Amino acid sequence: MATLWRRRERLLGVSGRLCRTVRALSGKNEYDLLVIGGGSGGLACAKEAAQFGRKVAVLDYVEPSPQGTKWGLGGTCVNVGCIPKKLMHQAALLGSALKDAQHYGWNIAQPVHHTWSVMAQAVQNYVKSLNWGHRVQLQDKKVKYFNMKGSFSDPHTIRGLTKGGKETIVTAENIVIATGGRPKYPTHIAGALAYGITSDDLFWLKESPGKTLVVGASYVSLECAGFLTGIGLDTTVMMRSIPLRGFDQQMASLVTEHMECYGTKFLKRCFPTKVEKLESNKLQVTWKNTDLGTEETDCFDTVMWAVGRAPDVKTLNLDAVGVKTNSETGKIIVDASEATSVPHIYAIGDITEGRPELTPTAIAAGKLLARRLFGQSSELMDYDNVPTTVFTPLEYGCVGLSEEAAVQCYGSDNIEVYHAYYKPLEFTVAERDATQCYIKMVCLREREQRILGLHFIGPNAGEVIQGFALGIKCGATYPQLMKTVGIHPTCAEEITKLHITKRSGLDATVTGC
Amino acid sequence: MKHFVIHQSCHSLELERGIFLLGEGSQRHSIHLPSIMCMCSLHNGEGAQKLQEGQWHVTAEGSQPFGFVQEEQIEEDEKTLKAYKEGSLQKQQEMNGHTVVPHSYDYDLIVIGGGSGGLAAAKEAAKYEKKVMVLDFVTPTPLGNSWGLGGTCVNVGCIPKKLMHQAALLGQALQDSRKFGWQFPEEVKHNWMTMTESVQNYVGSLNWGYRVALREKKVTYENAYGEFVGPHTVKATNKRGVEKLYTAERFLIATGERPRYLGIPGDKEYCISSDDLFSLPYCPGKTLVVGASYVALECAGFLAGVGLDVTVMVRSILLRGFDQDMANKIGEYMEEHGINFIREFVPIKVEQIKEGTPGILKVTSKSTKGNEIIEGEYNTVLLAIGRDACTRKIGLDKVGVIINEKTGKIPVNDKEQTNVPYIYAIGDILQDKLELTPVAIQAGRLLVRRLYAGATTKCDYVNVPTTVFTPLEYGACGYTEEAAVEKFGEENIEVYHSHFWPLEWTVPSRDNNKCYAKIICNIQDSERVIGFHVLGPNAGEVTQGFAAAMKCGITKEQLDNTIGIHPVCAEIFTTLTVTKRSGENTLLSGC
Repeated sequence: MATLWRRRERLLGVSGRLCRTVRALSGKNEYDLLVIGGGSGGLACAKEAAQFGRKVAVLDYVEPSPQGTKWGLGGTCVNVGCIPKKLMHQAALLGSALKDAQHYGWNIAQPVHHTWSVMAQAVQNYVKSLNWGHRVQLQDKKVKYFNMKGSFSDPHTIRGLTKGGKETIVTAENIVIATGGRPKYPTHIAGALAYGITSDDLFWLKESPGKTLVVGASYVSLECAGFLTGIGLDTTVMMRSIPLRGFDQQMASLVTEHMECYGTKFLKRCFPTKVEKLESNKLQVTWKNTDLGTEETDCFDTVMWAVGRAPDVKTLNLDAVGVKTNSETGKIIVDASEATSVPHIYAIGDITEGRPELTPTAIAAGKLLARRLFGQSSELMDYDNVPTTVFTPLEYGCVGLSEEAAVQCYGSDNIEVYHAYYKPLEFTVAERDATQCYIKMVCLREREQRILGLHFIGPNAGEVIQGFALGIKCGATYPQLMKTVGIHPTCAEEITKLHITKRSGLDATVTGC
Repeated sequence: MKHFVIHQSCHSLELERGIFLLGEGSQRHSIHLPSIMCMCSLHNGEGAQKLQEGQWHVTAEGSQPFGFVQEEQIEEDEKTLKAYKEGSLQKQQEMNGHTVVPHSYDYDLIVIGGGSGGLAAAKEAAKYEKKVMVLDFVTPTPLGNSWGLGGTCVNVGCIPKKLMHQAALLGQALQDSRKFGWQFPEEVKHNWMTMTESVQNYVGSLNWGYRVALREKKVTYENAYGEFVGPHTVKATNKRGVEKLYTAERFLIATGERPRYLGIPGDKEYCISSDDLFSLPYCPGKTLVVGASYVALECAGFLAGVGLDVTVMVRSILLRGFDQDMANKIGEYMEEHGINFIREFVPIKVEQIKEGTPGILKVTSKSTKGNEIIEGEYNTVLLAIGRDACTRKIGLDKVGVIINEKTGKIPVNDKEQTNVPYIYAIGDILQDKLELTPVAIQAGRLLVRRLYAGATTKCDYVNVPTTVFTPLEYGACGYTEEAAVEKFGEENIEVYHSHFWPLEWTVPSRDNNKCYAKIICNIQDSERVIGFHVLGPNAGEVTQGFAAAMKCGITKEQLDNTIGIHPVCAEIFTTLTVTKRSGENTLLSGC
């Protein structure tokens, strides 16, 4: 049997070489475009290219997580990111809704329980339907799909390897790398890899994670800790330094402050030193508290690492073709047209250096790239003023510069910050605390008062921010925003009513209607 | 003999500037003391002790004025009053000849109507250290319901409406939550009284908040009905019938609107309006909602959402004035969610079959197309057939303010000024303007800034966003498709549209291809976005930012260049590709 396999491989290898020879001889490649990585960006790029009648192929392969979790076509967002995350966030919001509902007249007999497996099953089923949808779409658009791991063998040739070790050689005129990133594990903590999970596993757990320690202060960490708390689990976040690095720090503090009120425990300025598995199957975590200089320990059912993500470049064999990466981050260096150091090789999405790690930017970049390659377009992707939302229990949406960045760019004398603490109408009857519902708009101080950044903490932050992001992209000014009439009663209308400057030191609490 | 009771906080200086008129009414003598805060009580002196602090109090009894303050201060104030009486004739002449110098008015500004617009204007004026008074009085509904300060929005409009809409949404959330893993006993009943009490408690706190805000800003507030009785002069009548007269340099009419009745047998006796619904002390039960205004559909929506049997009787079309494509989709959604619609019928008679809370009413209705008559029994009949401006009983004829005789609405220029230069009007009573709280607030504030702060900015009534809080919410800004076609011609507009499925609805697998996004672009103006329409959850939150963007004149290209936020509903607007003209399918498939 083994011999047979080897023979087949050899045969395939020969055919592969043959193929390459064919290309070398005729100067023609099999595909106009080959995309490595079937995530949001890669699929969008492939489908867009196919619209122009080009011959397109996509290679996608999910390397199982260290805990053995794997999933289907669609990449991080669909399988282990935005989609399951927001659905589980919704489950948590519905938990709050059940509490609110009693104030609104619904007689819900207590106790109310949450069953992880019901939620997980529903979420996973939906994700699987999306995997299937992506397959169908590729087929409809006549994009060839290979469930294989790709690596460069020469600048126009990719060697694809299936799970079973079957090799296929694919050649293409243009190649787009869109392999994204995967969660990092800490390297020097005993037991981290053996006993810890990451966001790659969490959404696919069949049973409740139970009492959970989430290590890290990234948005992934806070979002996961948030929904775990929301569905009733004992959840602790351990963070070494600041939450939500890169985001406006005042907003970040409000987000974590709210989570603390919501029931998430925080171990601040602590870092783990080891994870051990006890006979009871509990995980005993030991950490250093840098404030007290002490060593502390506690037991958890689950330890989840959310300490950052790293690009998936190792297997690509980039050195062979000379695609340059940033030695520190491992990310691929690209120019404004998403081209790597090798002209016909491009990269989009989370794997690219210095770009926002967001699904919609990868999609937009992928589409624009396809249009430039095959649609006679010259339009470049504009990475400025990209809005985003963190789906923590109290959501945080933002677009443009943080206050810190604005101060750094323009100086504190040249910016004006308008802000307000507001109370969503729905919170009143529900007797919910709105201490952290806050809006901040950073503007230039000169007469026109162009808006540099907008930050919103509250329910439906994503829905609220989207339209404003468009306005800000179009150069909206503070006076223009003030001329916009509010929609009553919504949270978003508070943005059109911002009038207290931070500089004034006046109370920014919104009163009355 | 007439008694004049002057309360202790009287300032004699103001008194001296005053005029004093004694009307010759049969029972109710009207005593005109325009330059002071005075109150003419007509209870033969007995009301004196009941009067509020800080008010002038004048009692008319007999023919000779006699002034006193709280009994013990009578003498001193008698003198004052005499002095003030002596100056009266001269002042009266001045007033009639419009020659009164500004400083002789009681107030710089009197606002009639303490709703969103009136209060905003009053508070703004107080910021510029103007002497401001607000007169607010709620005439009870035919069933006797009334409420506190703050106007329609706070008491019987946006606020209680959205809270009850939220109660209905939470009903949906309860169903969804089971699919998301939550478990609780099967039967969940809704308790109308719990909801109504919570909502009314919150409304009460807002009423109180407004009172406090006015006091803090030193705006004088009187819970009295204001009507013009002469130039620069209003009469304020409180609920005990005590009348007072005030003068001001300028007036702002902001009296708003009240629900219209059908004018059929039994309507005022047995039907309720939105003025009653939000504080109804019992569950309305099986309800007939008459009308297809947004008020009608919103109320029908939340009543059904809290589990009631609801029927909507529609004379012709839904949501007149709104985009009809959207309006019909809202109607379809409501029908699919268990709300009955009786179309092209109007009620002609309402009879009570059984008294009770609620009782049973028989409604007889007639087809608008023929003579067909139908009958139905309901526990509650809610009329939501429109609203009428409160302009016909505020003495506008006395000062010559022109109103549209048919609609009762007041035409104003672009500075919210009526045909009488010192009288302004804002809010729902304006002719051809939007009936929206934030518009009234904006108009009021800007007006005051122009009057007192040298500002020039006028209220911009273009591209005002709004949201209808039906079960499937509808947010809109700018042109409807019909209006755009009419204005620019069908060939000159491009309509982009798409259905969408909110991620949160996928797991409970409900209402696929119900949410809908549509924008209308002007082809001849770089595909500038002139209309924005969205049906879906949180439509108000979604629409607000796009409205701001439309103020900046966004084009379709800029919309396309905006990066979406994933996964939210609003992102659909950054990826609209299908034009209505193309006839392509907009039903959803995939992510």
